[in-house]
Amino acid sequence: MISVYFINHTTAGETSMASDTVKTHPWHVPEPSPWPILGTIAGFVMAIGGIWYMHEGPIWLLAVGFALLIFTFYGWWRQVIIESNTAGMHSEQTKVGLRYGFLFFIISELMFFFAFFWAFFHSSLPLLSKVAVPWPPAGIELIPADGVPLLNTLILLTSSVTVTIAHHALIEDKRSTATKWTFITAILGVVFLFFQAEEYIVATFKLSDGIYPSTFYLATGFHGFHVFVGTCFLFVCGFRLIKGHFTPDHHIGFESAAWYWHFVDVVWIFLYINVYIWGSLPFGHISPA
Amino acid sequence: MSDITHDHHDHRPSGWKRWAYSTNHKDIGTMYLVLSMVAAIIGGAASILMRAELHEPGIQFITDPQFYNVLVTAHGFIMVFFVVMPALIGGFGNWFIPLMIGTPDMAFPRMNNVSFWLVAAALILLVIAGFIDGGAGTGWTVYPPLSSADYHPGMAVDFGILALHLAGASSILGAINFITTIINMRAPGMTFHRMPLFIWAMLLTAFLLLLAIPVLAGALTMLLTDRNFGTAFFAPDGGGDPVLWQHLFWFFGHPEVYIMILPAFGIISEIVSTFSKKPIFGYLGMAYAMTSIGVVGFVVWAHHMYTMGFNVETRAYFTLATMVIAVPTGIKIFSWLATMWGGSIKFDTPMLYSMGFIFLFVVGGVTGVTLANAGVDMAFHDTYFVVAHFHYVLSISALFSMYAGFYYWLGKMSGKRYPEWLGRLQFWVTFVGVNLLFFPQHFAGMAGMPRRIIDYPDAYAGWNMVSSWGAYVSAVGGILFFVVLYKTLTSNVKADANEWGVGATTLEWTVDSPAPFHTHEVTPNVAPEPAE
Repeated sequence: MISVYFINHTTAGETSMASDTVKTHPWHVPEPSPWPILGTIAGFVMAIGGIWYMHEGPIWLLAVGFALLIFTFYGWWRQVIIESNTAGMHSEQTKVGLRYGFLFFIISELMFFFAFFWAFFHSSLPLLSKVAVPWPPAGIELIPADGVPLLNTLILLTSSVTVTIAHHALIEDKRSTATKWTFITAILGVVFLFFQAEEYIVATFKLSDGIYPSTFYLATGFHGFHVFVGTCFLFVCGFRLIKGHFTPDHHIGFESAAWYWHFVDVVWIFLYINVYIWGSLPFGHISPA
Repeated sequence: MSDITHDHHDHRPSGWKRWAYSTNHKDIGTMYLVLSMVAAIIGGAASILMRAELHEPGIQFITDPQFYNVLVTAHGFIMVFFVVMPALIGGFGNWFIPLMIGTPDMAFPRMNNVSFWLVAAALILLVIAGFIDGGAGTGWTVYPPLSSADYHPGMAVDFGILALHLAGASSILGAINFITTIINMRAPGMTFHRMPLFIWAMLLTAFLLLLAIPVLAGALTMLLTDRNFGTAFFAPDGGGDPVLWQHLFWFFGHPEVYIMILPAFGIISEIVSTFSKKPIFGYLGMAYAMTSIGVVGFVVWAHHMYTMGFNVETRAYFTLATMVIAVPTGIKIFSWLATMWGGSIKFDTPMLYSMGFIFLFVVGGVTGVTLANAGVDMAFHDTYFVVAHFHYVLSISALFSMYAGFYYWLGKMSGKRYPEWLGRLQFWVTFVGVNLLFFPQHFAGMAGMPRRIIDYPDAYAGWNMVSSWGAYVSAVGGILFFVVLYKTLTSNVKADANEWGVGATTLEWTVDSPAPFHTHEVTPNVAPEPAE
């Protein structure tokens, strides 16, 4: 038998009396902060500036908004780092919450990529699309899957190993080893981005060349952007390691960066298998439904 | 920003910074409720303009049909994203999740604040979208090619897209916050199977937001690049497919309707139990009915697009899957009725609104089962029958749950007791108004009247006039609501800590009214008393 509700009304009064006394809860409730509304203003300015730019306006307003956003990130996360190094603020229970928060953020990111994979499969499978296009469409000169993309796959898989080496070193309190492998991971991210940029430069199709470049550039482009974010995150973690911010049992920032890195890795595996390999197989002979 | 570590947790910050920089779940909840009321005035004004235009056949006063389309669009967006969601999720969720689970605040109070301000910024962008370059007249579904650069070349649709991006970012951050709070911060003894149903509802809503909103964000991004950077996701001349947009939009859009109604389920469950002075009937069944509605809600999206040319097997599947949702929904309806059965019911305003909710939701649910049939829907698609259906099942149901929750918790939030007679009057005016407004639309729709068109043949004149009069009566109900609000906030009648008596068993009734700035500083223990 499940007893659902919990208040015994005879004790209810005592609880409310107690609520004025000193706090006993383990949670971190921060002081009022200017960063959220500043971040909102940055987003608002970026939205207006972006629309202006897209309609033949100048780019400076978008740039101002973006600069404000970066400033917000810097100031807000600086404060979080100060708090994480202040005794009593990040209790064990609060740390569990921070981990949950980052995990759910990654899940929402996965759903963002879900949309672009949906667009890819919808457009490439004649069964789904009402517009019969052979895939790959005529005139598209594919990027060979066994060339640079394969190299990039190996780079990202290797970087997943190196970030794990760094994590284990951190847990074993070998700080310099952890720092070294964190920077190696971040540099592998830079190398990946370099090859990705090179691939875009040599590609013979441009963004406005129809449905294939649309799905290709937005899916790999957003992935590349996430690699860029993850690389920045890893560099920050490397510098925080040098400054001694992390201890073997208190390094949520590093853990989040590692999780994020595995996430961009997994998305890349799906991109490589589906967009590069499977997408290069000829499906044009299947007649549309 | 210099004061990062001073320790005065009891004082309440003063001045504009209290609101602009807030990290307090109650203040943020209040800001959400105020924003929802402001947006409701704008969205409500749009609907009154539309009903006044449709009062008689022919063009009355809106000379530019595009302006009518803009009204349709703005009304839909504002009501969904800036009235219902901020009130039910941002407002009541922020106010009562920490109070009901016995924790001092949300998991990420600063992120909570950015969630609110992003909605406010998004509302400004959306209002601009209604006025700039002729306005966005796409409907809230923003289907291409109507929303493409060919047919909406100005900035309006781009403003709409960016408004939804900001609102979506707000929702995702809010969802992360809500899920983390509910999973991690419940008082000792409050296991998942002992959480109030409102908390269950908010948890499921947050999961739906987390999984559905990013898909909308992806789709909006594709639309933005199609419009401005020459991609061809939805453009057939480049090999794209407008139907892709419909899939992506409704994969978000169907969970979105549950995002709006699950919080309502939670509120109604609390109120029906409180005013029947009985625990909710079938608690676990209620919790898992909501869970299954949330899960199945992700695999029924294509029932919004039956007319786009699916093969018969696909239509059969979506018909079946959609009808399956009637089962958990029925569990909820009958459990509410069974909770009332034999209860000592007190017909105060929150209970009147809850019973009104159940009635409206059943009416809308029945037409929902009708429309779930692909064959039937081929005839009803884009008629006023659909308009009547979703306004019953979603819009006015959500509105009634908002009113119900507002009257239920107003004492807790303001410390004042609302005038009961005025509340009941407000209920009856609204109840008569919305039924007069929407019930005739079933008949107009069955006779074939199309949606989203400024004019109609004379044959539909009768029901449209009734419907328009219903809109005016509903508007009087809305004005009365603000009268109630004004009279409550200026009255001297204090609300007790527990103004509803023995039926009210959740934790928010253990703190004073109005709830102090900081609550549950000492964590309550809600573990069951050991068996005798």
